[in-house]
Amino acid sequence: MSLEANIQHRFGDFSLDLNLEPSAGVTALFGRSGSGKSTVINVLNGLLRPDHGTVTLDGVTLLNDQINVPPHKRRMGCVFQDARLFPHLNVAQNLDYGTRFAKQNSDISRAQVIELLGLNALLNRRPSTLSGGEKQRVAIGRALLSAPRMLLMDEPLAALDAPRKAEILPYLERLKTDTGLPIIYVSHSMDEIARLADNIVILRDGRATTQGPIFDVLSDPKNIPMLGVREAGALVRAKVISHGADGISTLSIGAETLDLPGVDATVGSIVRLRILAQDIILALDAPTGLSAMNVLPVTITSIQDGSGPGAAIQLNAGGEHLLARVTSRSVERMGLKPQMTCYAIVKAMAVAPEAIGHG
Amino acid sequence: MWGLDATGWDAVQLSLKVALVATVATLPVALWLAWLLARRSFFGKSALNALVHLPLVLPPVVTGYALLVLFGRSGPLGQFFDTVFGLEFAFRWTGAALAAAVMALPLMVRAIRLAIEAVDPKLEAAAATLGAPKASVFTTITLPLILPGILAGVVMGFAKALGEFGATITFVASIPGETQTIPSAIYSLLQVPGQESAAARLVLCAALLAIAAVFLSEWLARRIAQRISGA
Repeated sequence: MSLEANIQHRFGDFSLDLNLEPSAGVTALFGRSGSGKSTVINVLNGLLRPDHGTVTLDGVTLLNDQINVPPHKRRMGCVFQDARLFPHLNVAQNLDYGTRFAKQNSDISRAQVIELLGLNALLNRRPSTLSGGEKQRVAIGRALLSAPRMLLMDEPLAALDAPRKAEILPYLERLKTDTGLPIIYVSHSMDEIARLADNIVILRDGRATTQGPIFDVLSDPKNIPMLGVREAGALVRAKVISHGADGISTLSIGAETLDLPGVDATVGSIVRLRILAQDIILALDAPTGLSAMNVLPVTITSIQDGSGPGAAIQLNAGGEHLLARVTSRSVERMGLKPQMTCYAIVKAMAVAPEAIGHG
Repeated sequence: MWGLDATGWDAVQLSLKVALVATVATLPVALWLAWLLARRSFFGKSALNALVHLPLVLPPVVTGYALLVLFGRSGPLGQFFDTVFGLEFAFRWTGAALAAAVMALPLMVRAIRLAIEAVDPKLEAAAATLGAPKASVFTTITLPLILPGILAGVVMGFAKALGEFGATITFVASIPGETQTIPSAIYSLLQVPGQESAAARLVLCAALLAIAAVFLSEWLARRIAQRISGA
């Protein structure tokens, strides 16, 4: 899959001007509300014609100044924030809606979709009787069965409460690994993006300020202003080594180990952890007599002063990057410099079990 | 039957025929106009809206007079339909149907337009992204969802067509067996002393027809609501 989009659009005071070249896998569009995320989705699926723009998918032009392929011929499977199930059709009929118009079969069979999303018990129900999470699962299945070339998901979890989100995220992870369908995933929640995305595009005021692989972007201190200080935190890959009887799991990051509460993954599997920059404490010497279990020897790779009193510090821990946020005063007092070795203290409870993704 | 004489029975049959033809013929036009007014923006939209609603606010006699001028034997539209389709309206039952249709149109357009406006365009957009062309979106999403509105429009239109008097009598007069519908028959009977009981029988007949129509529509509405919500 190769999608290229170049979009210029203006409405009122807001202008959108960006260039997207998402690669395979899940590409997250991250930004606050009003940053233009949904507009991008509506240009890609053909519901909105921008002032200027080109969209090509696998060498086929979907949009330029002359051509504007209508939505029903674009084969972009869409999942919207408000599921948009057809109220007069039951779940099975909703799922099959796109099939009758598709000129080719979906890469994934109806039975697979029903199994993947756990829809078997819902097939005869009407949308009005479904929970928010169930509706969203049906909407995803419906999009998958319309033989799409890619999936566009516009804040699919934003309208759901935390338990419903936690219920759907595993389905989305399976969707990603089982179908291999390229996905554009719009969200303002870094928790979701950190679990699902391979690549990220940060949108701000209609501009794509940063794009790249998620692991690189999240561990780069330069991107903290774009993400917001509270959202900043590196994503690291860790391997599950063992699950202790006391509910604590041990994971390895390179040569170092990390103890975390109940990680829901089999021993030997690779998980991704997002460790928030504000949850890491730095120490010059290995501390003793501390309740925190995780003390990792790290090397400082870069220090970035923020606009406020804080500084962002990128660390190398066993080959993976961590990001810590401390005050500029601490940097000065401790004499922190690049290439210095020190200790990063990570509180085990700082990484919530539901914030841990697979792969 | 029901103590109606031949003239009364003719009036009942004619009224049903006129109202049925008027409603069926108006429905596609009303659907199209309602869709235009609900979903499209174009130059002259408010003028079209006013024109559609005109029969609702004009005195029916004025509407009948306008029909006479336009669709009469020497009227421009009357001549056009006569020469092109061989269809004559003046003093024919077809003219009564035309008058009933024109009077029923605003009621039908209004009901259907409200129903279309209540359909979330986002559902139609979702259908398009699933591969449905515009016409299919209308038949598979919009149409089923506005069915209750269409039914309401049809019932109101049919009732209006059945009871239409002013425009009909002005346009096509009251010729027994040709243009004398129930209301004009009742009116004619009341003009002659001693025909009160015949008039009363027709009045009863009109009331029964109206009540039957209401019950039928209630029953249909329940079935449609069930199909839409699945409750």
